[in-house]
Amino acid sequence: MRRSRAAWLGTAVGGALLLAMGAGYGAHAAGDTITIGVLATLEGPFAVPGQDSMRGAELAIKNHNGMAGGKKIEMKQYSSDATPDKAVASTRKAVEQDKVDVMVGPLSGDEGIAVKNYSKTQPQMTFINGSSGAQATTLQDPSPNFFRFHSEGAQWMVGLGEHALKKGYKKIFLVAEDYGFPYSQVQGFMASYCAKGGHVVKKAWVPLGTKDYSSVISTIPSDVDALLIVLGGSDAVNFLNQMEQAGIDKPIIGGSITVDQTVLNYKGKKRESLLGTASAGPMADSIDTPEWKKFVADYKAAGFKDAFPSPSLFAYLYYVSTEAALLGIDAVKGDLSNNETAYKAALSKLEFDGPAGHIKLDANRNAIANTYITEVAKAADGSFYNKVVATIPNVDENLGLSPDEFKKMGLGNRDNPSCP
Amino acid sequence: MSAAQWRRAMNTGAGRNAWARGTGAPPAPSQSETPSQGEEGAGVGGLLAGLFRQIGFRHVIVLAAVLIYPWVATPFFIFQIGGQALALGLIALSLTFVGGYGGMVSIAQMSIGGLAAYMVAIFGIAGEAQGGASSLGWPWWIAVPIAIVIATLFATFVGWLSVRTEGIYTIMITIAIGVSYFYLMQQNYSIFGGHEGFNEVNAPTVAGIDFRKPMPYYYLALALALAGYFFIKYLLRAPFGVALQGVRDNPRRMNALGFDVTAHRIAAYTVAGFIAAIGGILMLWYNGRISPGSVDVGPMLNILIIAVLGGMRHPIGAFIGAIVFVLVQNFAIDVIARERFNLVIGLVFLVIVLFSPDGLLGLWGYVRTRIGTRSVQSKMKSGGVG
Repeated sequence: MRRSRAAWLGTAVGGALLLAMGAGYGAHAAGDTITIGVLATLEGPFAVPGQDSMRGAELAIKNHNGMAGGKKIEMKQYSSDATPDKAVASTRKAVEQDKVDVMVGPLSGDEGIAVKNYSKTQPQMTFINGSSGAQATTLQDPSPNFFRFHSEGAQWMVGLGEHALKKGYKKIFLVAEDYGFPYSQVQGFMASYCAKGGHVVKKAWVPLGTKDYSSVISTIPSDVDALLIVLGGSDAVNFLNQMEQAGIDKPIIGGSITVDQTVLNYKGKKRESLLGTASAGPMADSIDTPEWKKFVADYKAAGFKDAFPSPSLFAYLYYVSTEAALLGIDAVKGDLSNNETAYKAALSKLEFDGPAGHIKLDANRNAIANTYITEVAKAADGSFYNKVVATIPNVDENLGLSPDEFKKMGLGNRDNPSCP
Repeated sequence: MSAAQWRRAMNTGAGRNAWARGTGAPPAPSQSETPSQGEEGAGVGGLLAGLFRQIGFRHVIVLAAVLIYPWVATPFFIFQIGGQALALGLIALSLTFVGGYGGMVSIAQMSIGGLAAYMVAIFGIAGEAQGGASSLGWPWWIAVPIAIVIATLFATFVGWLSVRTEGIYTIMITIAIGVSYFYLMQQNYSIFGGHEGFNEVNAPTVAGIDFRKPMPYYYLALALALAGYFFIKYLLRAPFGVALQGVRDNPRRMNALGFDVTAHRIAAYTVAGFIAAIGGILMLWYNGRISPGSVDVGPMLNILIIAVLGGMRHPIGAFIGAIVFVLVQNFAIDVIARERFNLVIGLVFLVIVLFSPDGLLGLWGYVRTRIGTRSVQSKMKSGGVG
């Protein structure tokens, strides 16, 4: 009896402590500091990209000398494990508990949709997407206070379809991971590819994290011209290795995260045959403009611990998103009063030149930006890199179609679009 | 060790000894839960009397605290800390019941909760999904009972499968069920919506009260948590609960006394499944969505962590564990920024389990005993002098 009473007393004390914490927290930052909360995946499968995202955000604030609109900018970090539940939980803590002024994040597609839905319950706040690239975030039921200052997964592939046709690939076999982001990527590719007479004869959707691709590889028809591979990280490496072992020697077209540095530097015999592999994305390692070169030089000079040799896609996207947040604060001279109304209006109208080209927003507050078509090339020192072969300017969410055509097609999924 | 040997070892009392080793306390949960009272509460009047006898001063204090809490806390603390802890606590309570009192540690409780959540999303109203699954759009008062029934049946099935095993084999088979369930959710697109799952599954608005709002949600979770807690408290004193604890401590003897050991165990799974299903639906409404990430191995083990943190042999332990778990998860990143904050989470859990095999409640009991003995000693000393 006594022990049990003790337990109850413990509960009561714990509850009281909780109340005290609840009351103590939530003191708003002083008037001359603006807090930006940055959410990325510091744990889970995307921990490495998540860390590079934080570097991108830090770099943007650093390049602004830690000031915007005459106020000191303070960055607060939040983490998720790439699950939407965790992303919303962390965002909620930032917004409701720590009372940050602007929120930047999250990193991956499904997280973005969840945070967008949450943003509707906090109309006074301003949410700026970090790097998540799901179409549905801005195309389905958009939220008036959620902004995305970079293009999304489908836009990143616009123009690659024409490029493939130019290279003579008329029939293509598709291997892609089975979730939202690859659906978008594939739609971006197929929208123009199918319209211009190409055929995707068969689609193989594999679960994220698949290790054994033999059943997929055995179904590759012998008469296809090329393979479209929309896999990321270790999935891409596993697939390429097993394809090599099976003796398949078809040209490859990659998604935006398929032939990145991790894949290019892997040590298979297949590596040589990666030369000439086409892919597309919102940035490329070798954009030949002073803005991009400055961005890369700044990233290298910042002295980040364990940083990549050059900024990754995620560092770039978080850089652009954070920069947009800061430029918006500049535009309103640091005035975030009145539920940030003026700030949101300024963001909607914001246009600026990022490291990889001009950025402006459409009516759904999604970016209209450049897409870069690249091919794998060999540098003088023998390392592989993605060489820019074409730049598609001002790509919007209609993917080069007219708004009506795009509406008719709808969002990409496993079966849409289709042109066997 | 083969399964048969293991079973024999468990049946000859090795299992019971393992249970008793932790704190040196007798295997019966605590003195206040002696079986004798259970038999008294046969009629409805007796039942109520038995229930009221349990309610003491401490209950009133805690009840008042949890009722006043939302009026003094911020919405964040009401919803993300309070609401989430109550929902997680309910699922952990189901594990406490089946594990602490039934002697069967089932890792699959989150899967059962997740199934209920999925069923509410499928039969109820959910947002459009890119994955291609669609929900039937039935009102919540049809979807929720269906979901609870299906999840409870699933729990019974899990029980039916795993009662044939003991100890570590129960853990193994329930993990296997949970993991295969996760992969089913992840890879089935036509029904379960694959990787993306279901978005915008909102808590209903009943009689003008929107249960998505922090305070209504908190009180809903609180009401269900209290109901679950007192239900388990009652059940533990009822003949069924007493028999279940007997089965935990010595199944062979119970068998010889004429109790159907397997039936009691399966029934324990069913009861636990019912509670986990309610907790799962609360989690669904808390998150506003369900996807395979919510029923992955990580969340499954979180439930075990919560139950162990609080103390597996006290129904209230599940909720205390959940509060600590949610607090640590939310605020560890403020202690050490960047990638290292998971270290804090791990260390806190490690320290608690290391110093007290019976969780936080065990730790508190230990401290109480220490202080108690000291004060008695000092009294004796002073008495000697005077």
